[in-house]
Amino acid sequence: MTVQKLGKNMTNVTNNMNKTAGVNTPPAVSLNNAHVRFGDMTALENIDLDVEDGAFLTILGPSGCGKSTLLRLVSDLVPIADGEVTVFGNQVDKARLAREFAFVFQDSTLLPWRTAIENVRLPLEIGTKHAHKRPKAVSEKSAEELLALVGLEGREDALPHELSGGMKQRVAIARALICKPRLLLMDEPFGALDEITRDRLNEQILKIWKETKTTILFVTHSIPEAIFLGQKVLMLEANPGRVREVVDIDLPYPRELPIRETPEFNKISRYLREVLETC
Amino acid sequence: MITRFFKKNWLPMFTTMMIFVVWELGIRIFGVPEYIAPAPSSVFATLVEERDVLVRNFLPTLYESLAGFVLGNFIAITLAIAFVHNKMFEKAFFPIAVFVNTIPILAVAPVLVLIFGNGIATKVIIAALICFFPTLVNMVRGLESVSGQMIELGRILSATKSEFFWKIRLQSSLPFLFSALKIASTTCVIGAIVGEWVGADIGLGSLIIEATFNFRSPLLYATVIVSSGLAVILFITVSVAERMIIKWKPEHSA
Ligand SMILES: Nc1ncnc2c1ncn2[C@@H]1O[C@H](COP(=O)(O)OP(=O)(O)O)[C@@H](O)[C@H]1O
Ligand SMILES: [Mg+2]
Repeated sequence: MTVQKLGKNMTNVTNNMNKTAGVNTPPAVSLNNAHVRFGDMTALENIDLDVEDGAFLTILGPSGCGKSTLLRLVSDLVPIADGEVTVFGNQVDKARLAREFAFVFQDSTLLPWRTAIENVRLPLEIGTKHAHKRPKAVSEKSAEELLALVGLEGREDALPHELSGGMKQRVAIARALICKPRLLLMDEPFGALDEITRDRLNEQILKIWKETKTTILFVTHSIPEAIFLGQKVLMLEANPGRVREVVDIDLPYPRELPIRETPEFNKISRYLREVLETC
Repeated sequence: MITRFFKKNWLPMFTTMMIFVVWELGIRIFGVPEYIAPAPSSVFATLVEERDVLVRNFLPTLYESLAGFVLGNFIAITLAIAFVHNKMFEKAFFPIAVFVNTIPILAVAPVLVLIFGNGIATKVIIAALICFFPTLVNMVRGLESVSGQMIELGRILSATKSEFFWKIRLQSSLPFLFSALKIASTTCVIGAIVGEWVGADIGLGSLIIEATFNFRSPLLYATVIVSSGLAVILFITVSVAERMIIKWKPEHSA
């Protein structure tokens, strides 16, 4: 475990495994002195953060500290008040039109009248005016492949009300992957699920990360989840939302659930809990 | 299928039968004169004997109800869509819609007769007026029932307003729309009948007035039964359409 104390330095979240990517590829996400305000309230203050292409960054912090706001800033849902935010070197609105990123919410946001596979295909039927800005159309086949990737083969024609909470969230993940995003933003995606389902999905998301090589920003309020998934944990503090520190998780991949019982894991967990209590 | 229907509905059918039996016995035991309250047996006899008169008056009321249903709901749905897309428009017109709704239909009926005359148009407009408001309110609610996260999903996918409307909003509103249509399916009949009361020489409403003034109680009761039968037919039609169109369950139950 390495702790990068933050002075005025930029927080650089590098994917150690993919360091060969080189210096000329722009970071997946780059925030430079970024501020977000809602009226008089400063939700995010002076955020400096670089996330390398291919990295897995988990985000922790007390509730209301601005974790969701950070993801919503990156996904062009809230405007930046000051500073700069880019996704793969582009302005966020351009990145949005190019479908560089996809979002998974806590609520699966499936359309209840559409079957699982029709929900996965929704992004192909919407925003078609800007389709030419995207690399290439994704074939019908890949919607089925994606459902298989998330372990839902055979359930293509099920309606959302016929699926469990965990299955619905897996459909939402498949939907997020259909346009082959280079960046996946996940806001407490498993927060409403029971623990066993959550464990299974945690293993699955690591598998998806390995197979798709997509960069992932993952907000959670669970310390074990943050450690299990991330290469680094970004800790935010509240009032105003600021970066407290970035903690390296030096646990080797592939990670499996028993890793959570190891002394190294517990050490990081204890440390993060202490930091979280003072945020 | 018929035996299943009986198995499922035997209790309400039994209580209905019992009410008829008690009613029949009450009339006979206390010797109530027919012009005050007829016995069920004589009402049913009239239903059969006067079927030509009943059918002749049933059809105009059916047409007026249907036309009013279509017109009132069409305007309500169109207005709801306009409201949801333009808040200024909603601010400008919603209070007027509320005001129109607060005018008692019986008070506005003579006004409409003066303007549109004694023909079918007046009845259709009254039926439309009575359907209009519940559908407007429910449709606006339905179109706005889309969750905040769903709206954000639309923005992340760069959906245009019309894509979002056709792919997401309209479908989300259907359960709300159908609960309004079920209300409208029965109230439009009331509207048509009220319209006929104010001025008509044909239709179930005018038959009710005629039977009352001539002390033909069995015919009056028979007409009432036919009127409610019309409402029930329309209600069942809308319910069947709902079941065919909405095969899914809304998400909010979780
Ligand atoms: N659209 C908004 N308008 C006003 N205040 C907001 C809005 N969104 C978030 N906030 C406020 O910003 C702060 C951070 O919110 P959020 O990012 O949702 O926190 P977190 O996800 O970490 O729990 C909270 O105080 C919240 O009330
Ligand atoms: Mg949040």
